[in-house]
Amino acid sequence: MSDSSIDIEVCAGGSSFGNFAAGGSVADYFALLKPRVMSLVVFTAFVGVVVAPGGIHPWLGAIALLCIAVGAGASGALNMWYDADIDRLMRRTASRPVPAGRVQPGEALSFGMMLSVGSVLMLGVLVNWAAAGLLAFTIFFYAVIYTMWLKRSTPQNIVIGGAAGAFPPVVGWASVTGSVDLVSLSLFLIIFMWTPPHFWALALFRTSDYQRAGIPMMPVVAGPDETRRQILIYALAIVPVTLSPFLLGFAGWFYLVAGLALSTAFAWFAWRVYVDREGGVAERSARKLFGYSIVFLFSVFAVLLIEHVASRLPVAFAG
Amino acid sequence: MTRHQWTKEELAARRKRSIAIALVLVALMILFYITTIVRLGGNVADRTF
Repeated sequence: MSDSSIDIEVCAGGSSFGNFAAGGSVADYFALLKPRVMSLVVFTAFVGVVVAPGGIHPWLGAIALLCIAVGAGASGALNMWYDADIDRLMRRTASRPVPAGRVQPGEALSFGMMLSVGSVLMLGVLVNWAAAGLLAFTIFFYAVIYTMWLKRSTPQNIVIGGAAGAFPPVVGWASVTGSVDLVSLSLFLIIFMWTPPHFWALALFRTSDYQRAGIPMMPVVAGPDETRRQILIYALAIVPVTLSPFLLGFAGWFYLVAGLALSTAFAWFAWRVYVDREGGVAERSARKLFGYSIVFLFSVFAVLLIEHVASRLPVAFAG
Repeated sequence: MTRHQWTKEELAARRKRSIAIALVLVALMILFYITTIVRLGGNVADRTF
């Protein structure tokens, strides 16, 4: 369209987010991809690609990561499209492009769909179809199973929905091997078990937000004490789960020691949340657990990566 | 139907989006080209006639 006007249909209730917006900025579209979440996805997928047995051409490995990142971003855009009504009720999410009215819901939907299809096709054509199938399932799981169904219907939303965030290392692994095996599933399990205490810690100090939006997060439905109990159970379960790559004979002693220290610290922070139940101390403990949980996940995967690369160095130099 | 008059800011945003799309398309073109070379690899030299 060359002139500076556009015909738009104005219908009652057509858009619940203010007046017509003539498209957001490039930064708004980038924000739809949830770049902060994407960084964790890319990192865990990167570890999956590097530690997987066999090899992949570095260029194809980079493409696999690009596709996984775009696929994750696409599911973020679909999530923002569907959740715009509740996002505008929460402080943390009210300034997102769709609820803020900078991007139209339909634009976010088509942007997310286009990137979903594009990333899956690109991964399939350029890398392999097993990884592409897993990526498609991940996007479907996050956008449909979690966002459209579980999030608004059950306090177990992030327990089951956490699978979506746990898939990236499996997709990265499958990009190299073309399959899924026990070790890649152990990486899946670490993130899967990490997700509930991570989000419940956040929900403990953002309960009013979730209450206002009517999202049945654990503290809203079962109360903070029950949430603390469940956080502790998951945190204790994280210890053996974190060590599972070692128990499966995939990781070495360095990983065992570091994994044990990191997961024990996780359980300790969860214990503090369990014990500190009143006032500012309770909120501080929840915030500390939330902050540490991010450090924990990055560190566990970083240790796995470092150990793997270090074990390959002598071979590389000898070769 | 109403007619929306684009403001200067909206036009500037549209221009930036168009440039971003163009850059992504060029990047994809380069990406597919390099990937084709990588995937063909030594197969070109080893091909049978």
